[in-house]
Amino acid sequence: MTPAPTPSRWALWLPLGLFAVFASLVLVGLLRPADRAVKSAMIGRPLPQFALAAATSMQPGVARADLADGKPHLLNIFASWCVPCAVEAPQLRALRARGIDVIGVAIRDKPEDLARFFAANGNPFSRVGADNVSAIQFALGSSGVPESFVIDGRGIIRYQHIGDIRADQVVMIAARVAEAGQ
Amino acid sequence: MIATMGLAALWLAAALAGLQLIGGFLSLRLPGNPLEPVVRPAAIVQAALVAIAFICLIAVFWRTDLSVALVVENSHSAKPLLYKVAGAWGNHEGSMLLWVTVMALAGGCVALLERRLPERTILATLAAQAFVSLGFYAFLLIASNPFARLDPAPPEGNGLNPLLQDPGLAFHPPTLYIGYVGLSVAFSFAVGALLTREVSPAFARAMRPWVLGAWIFLTLGITAGSYWAYYELGWGGWWFWDPVENASLMPWLAATALLHSVSVLASRNALRAWTVMLGVVAFAMSMIGTFLVRSGVLTSVHAFAVDPQRGTFILALLAINIGAALTIFALRAGTVSEGERFAVVSRESALVFNNVMLTATLGIVLLGTLYPLLAEALGSQVSVGPPYFNPATAVFVLPMLVVMGIGPLLRWRRDNFARIRPVLILPLIVLAGVAAWLAISGLHLLALLGIALATGLLMIALVPLKGRRLRTVTLPLWGMVVAHFGIGVALLGVACDSAFSTEKLVAARVGETVAIGPWLVRLGRIEPVAGPNWTALEATLAASYSGGAPHELKPQSRSFWTPVQQTNESAILTRWNGQLYTVLGEEADDGRWQLRLWWKPFVTLIWLGGVLVALGGALALLGRVASDWRRAIASGKIAYRRQRQGRG
Repeated sequence: MTPAPTPSRWALWLPLGLFAVFASLVLVGLLRPADRAVKSAMIGRPLPQFALAAATSMQPGVARADLADGKPHLLNIFASWCVPCAVEAPQLRALRARGIDVIGVAIRDKPEDLARFFAANGNPFSRVGADNVSAIQFALGSSGVPESFVIDGRGIIRYQHIGDIRADQVVMIAARVAEAGQ
Repeated sequence: MIATMGLAALWLAAALAGLQLIGGFLSLRLPGNPLEPVVRPAAIVQAALVAIAFICLIAVFWRTDLSVALVVENSHSAKPLLYKVAGAWGNHEGSMLLWVTVMALAGGCVALLERRLPERTILATLAAQAFVSLGFYAFLLIASNPFARLDPAPPEGNGLNPLLQDPGLAFHPPTLYIGYVGLSVAFSFAVGALLTREVSPAFARAMRPWVLGAWIFLTLGITAGSYWAYYELGWGGWWFWDPVENASLMPWLAATALLHSVSVLASRNALRAWTVMLGVVAFAMSMIGTFLVRSGVLTSVHAFAVDPQRGTFILALLAINIGAALTIFALRAGTVSEGERFAVVSRESALVFNNVMLTATLGIVLLGTLYPLLAEALGSQVSVGPPYFNPATAVFVLPMLVVMGIGPLLRWRRDNFARIRPVLILPLIVLAGVAAWLAISGLHLLALLGIALATGLLMIALVPLKGRRLRTVTLPLWGMVVAHFGIGVALLGVACDSAFSTEKLVAARVGETVAIGPWLVRLGRIEPVAGPNWTALEATLAASYSGGAPHELKPQSRSFWTPVQQTNESAILTRWNGQLYTVLGEEADDGRWQLRLWWKPFVTLIWLGGVLVALGGALALLGRVASDWRRAIASGKIAYRRQRQGRG
């Protein structure tokens, strides 16, 4: 018969020690909330070269040079067929009202659908480029619509926002744009 | 009015928990103190009061009482009644009230029914239970009052997360909670036994039904949760190693280990300190599970439940409860004598092996779940997924399953392999044959091992019944056989799914036919349909199995409007030999539609196995409770007779 092992005194404290390690680890995790924003590999990089034709007859198209004109811009990737984009529209209008230049890139869209979308949701964009093959979308490392990029005056990406901008995020985005302008 | 009554009942219940705590702990130092007789009644009345509070919460949801903030946030007058009621616990505050309700009811049952243990152990157990409950009462009443009012009442509520509008999900969280909270009773028993140094077979027998009950609910909860994720998320997978899934798996692993070590303690008086330790660990895992879901410290598909401040509160409760229990353990476990000894080849050894493997698996899952947090603390971001979990857990799970087959054939105390060799030969031959056949077909190693092992397990699980007359087999033995057989069934499903599943993502025109496995799927038409609070595009698919008559499937892409959200409703066709799983995606620009199709042979065995495991647990529980009941009645009769003789 094997004797059942008798745990030594210090071994009995081991579970408590392990638990203390666990508790302090999650405490650190809680007190220092992680930056949930996706760390884009593109942040700090210059925009790729591109030139998009106008998506509608109402506004001009977009080229890289339009985003590197010395002023910060908000580049918004959207589509008329995307429901969250419609939800996001009031926030983009609010950003526009704060004097921020919002530039749109419409993904796989048609002029008549865009016209309907703008009629229903308003048009906050100064320029709208048509990206019919998602080329710019991929070049920017963006995975879906809507997505927004803060571009500083030199055409460098400063911030990437995945998903729609919520009402409570308008101030944060405006701050990011202001930061990029300094 | 109803809300006020609920809140009042909750405060009264908390006060009674305080009384129960003081009375129970005082009895440790001052036996015979005047508060002692109050402890059991306090637990019983507390259970009744909390039940009233919970019924009040259901009532305000039933009536959509918009003066209650929680109803406004989580309900809507246009919602179907089932989801209105389920909304009562489909949110943070309500689910915490559900937690204390189940906990108080369990405490009430212990106070009312448990007579086998020494009275001071029961009092200490009830005190420990009150200690844990008080933390949750404080949490509810201070930081998450479910009955908080809004003045003026808004005209309409804000709806429920559309992902949660599903009958499965209405019952999934309560099932898991009953499991978690059942483990709190095991925890209280463990602490009570440590405090009074009464770690005995009687303690194990008193604790066993609670562990079994909790384990049954956890098994069902995990099985149902897995099926929910499978058909609702539309990704075709049944287990994602998501932190929240792991959060429910870890208590299950600990409870499974505890269930087996409790059996050793109850029938052989061995593994004393280990059983107590597992009792603490199992509840710790339940609280860690709740913490991970509620705190948002880890990102997951269940992110709807997140709030960091509440996370801090639960972490504090966790630290106090588990820290205190582990300190008591460290101080007292040295004085718990080691118990009976056993030989290397014996049923005890097989159960110890099972315990070590389960604990190791638990450690692997815990480490993998927390690793992103650890990495983040060190300044990098990682996510840990199936490439880690699958092989790392398989290393421990596969040997454990082998021993699971052999262990029940061994005798207690001492045995030798020569005795059981004859019954092992047939399963081994079958296992080797299946492995050889699969190896020729060039399968992935893990899938091959899984299928071969599952076939062997299915046979060997039935061996304990061999040579017995089935009518005389006891319920607990039936339970074990059914549960072990269920594990084999689930393993077979898992292995078949990973070995034989085929997947296809196509862009199809209306009228086009797509082939997947033995199926031909024709996209019939796409139409808009409307539900109570959503609109959807619905595809009509005609699927025929190897040239047979077509069956209709209607997958949907749904848009909810309060709040705005899109979900994919998969459509699944179940045959005896597998499931055809279809998802409707977006419309491509040239009039074609994205269709995602899977043919998953024998995938249903996964959940069938889970249900069998739970059924096995239920049979064992029924058997134990019935024999306890008979014993209680018999000893009652003896006591009655003695009393009469004493008088006569």
